[in-house]
Amino acid sequence: MKVQMRVNGRQVSGEVEGRTLLVTFLRDGQGLTGTHTGCDTSQCGACTVHVDGLQVKSCSMFAAEADGAEVTTIEGMANADGSLSVLQQAFQDHHGLQCGFCTPGMVMAAATLLEQTPEPTEAQVRHHLQGNICRCTGYHNIIKAVMAASGQQVTQVAAE
Amino acid sequence: MYNFDFVKPSTVEEAVAALQDDEAQPLSGGQTLIPSMKQRLNAPGTLVSLLGIEALKGISVSDGVMTIGGTTTHATVAAQADAYPALAYLAGQIGDPAVRNRGTIGGSLANNDPAACYPAAALASGATIVTNTREIAADDFFQGMFTTDLEEGEIITAVKFPIPEAANYQKFEQPASRFALTAVFVAKYADGVRVAITGASEEGVFRWAEAEDALSNSFSAEALSALAVPANDMITDLHGTAEYRAHLCKVLTGRAVSAIS
Ligand SMILES: Cc1cc2nc3c(=O)[nH]c(=O)nc-3n(C[C@H](O)[C@H](O)[C@H](O)COP(=O)(O)OP(=O)(O)OC[C@H]3O[C@@H](n4cnc5c(N)ncnc54)[C@H](O)[C@@H]3O)c2cc1C
Ligand code: FES
Ligand code: FES
Repeated sequence: MKVQMRVNGRQVSGEVEGRTLLVTFLRDGQGLTGTHTGCDTSQCGACTVHVDGLQVKSCSMFAAEADGAEVTTIEGMANADGSLSVLQQAFQDHHGLQCGFCTPGMVMAAATLLEQTPEPTEAQVRHHLQGNICRCTGYHNIIKAVMAASGQQVTQVAAE
Repeated sequence: MYNFDFVKPSTVEEAVAALQDDEAQPLSGGQTLIPSMKQRLNAPGTLVSLLGIEALKGISVSDGVMTIGGTTTHATVAAQADAYPALAYLAGQIGDPAVRNRGTIGGSLANNDPAACYPAAALASGATIVTNTREIAADDFFQGMFTTDLEEGEIITAVKFPIPEAANYQKFEQPASRFALTAVFVAKYADGVRVAITGASEEGVFRWAEAEDALSNSFSAEALSALAVPANDMITDLHGTAEYRAHLCKVLTGRAVSAIS
């Protein structure tokens, strides 16, 4: 069947099977390989994207379900001139990534939190990122990055 | 995953017609069904998405009853069920934000996972599960792990919750899955107290009748002191033994009662 959607502001369409996952459509169909498949079992959040403004796991949604939707992936998160957004830059500044595999999902998840709650508490950041698993960082610097991106002091962030 | 046909009707009637096919199955948020299809535990020939049906979405309150449409997401309940704060709180603790943005109350109740949250709220509230053909009391709806009173092709269209005077949900989270290792929902009504427990029993969600009687007489954590949940039917897995879960049932019920009183 044919699906069409707006991805990062660009109208795209493609032929999919019923079982084609949104992540497969984005990666294999559109070449947007920033969205990662970490687990494929709905646990890790590496595949997080925004569909109509809501954060979802693109491995746990069919492409057909996103027909007509507005989709944003990590490729759509940088500033218009290609420089890193405040949130992305904060991940770099605070060592919020090591291997970087989880990072696209972390950024997409954190972005929705900051939209809803511009100055979250540390506890709110931790609660919001529960569905995003990182194998490397121990989370501490990810929390710092999100706090910093919201314009808050990071020296107060407790070590876990 | 095996392939299937995908259809997205816009009315309940069209969905029911599409589900007449033996191989067809409803799809709501997909947060349970898609992972199980990937594991080939489930291989429907047609998936009938219910999310295109506007009439199944949303929350309303009248005469002390909150009615939640079958495909209302956990995120919507968390944000909008102000008239039933314990239920809004429960929805906000399910999984993570992405799961809450897709997962629905109808999908959760139809699935009846033994560690799911909503079954505890529905049973403790004496809710009514409304389908395309009938209304089912929560006491009759849950029939053991992953089993409900739903017929093939029957769709949950809404759930009606009588709003209690006070209620509280205590979830002891299994941190890897974020489901309940054991969780207790206590709801206090003018005519008595109801206590429902999820995550603990091999039989799925259940009411703890002795605690209900004791709390209906005297609503305090002390009223539970002489009681114990037998460990015989409790789940044992690598996260906790049957005895541990039985102990949690009592501790969490006490915490819920203390949080209310
Ligand atoms: C990482 C993760 C963490 C989670 N944590 C929790 C948790 O803490 N607590 C918790 O309770 N749940 C948890 N869940 C499960 C989640 O709440 C699911 O959303 C829910 O169990 C199923 O709802 P769904 O809308 O996604 O249903 P689907 O996956 O679409 O469907 C589930 C089943 O119900 C049937 N069905 C769907 N809708 C209807 C309907 N309206 N009428 C009749 N049958 C229907 C389907 O055919 C299928 O058999 C978690 C899931 C994940 C992936
Ligand atoms: S790949 Fe989607 S949650 Fe892990
Ligand atoms: S940085 Fe390696 S998984 Fe998070």
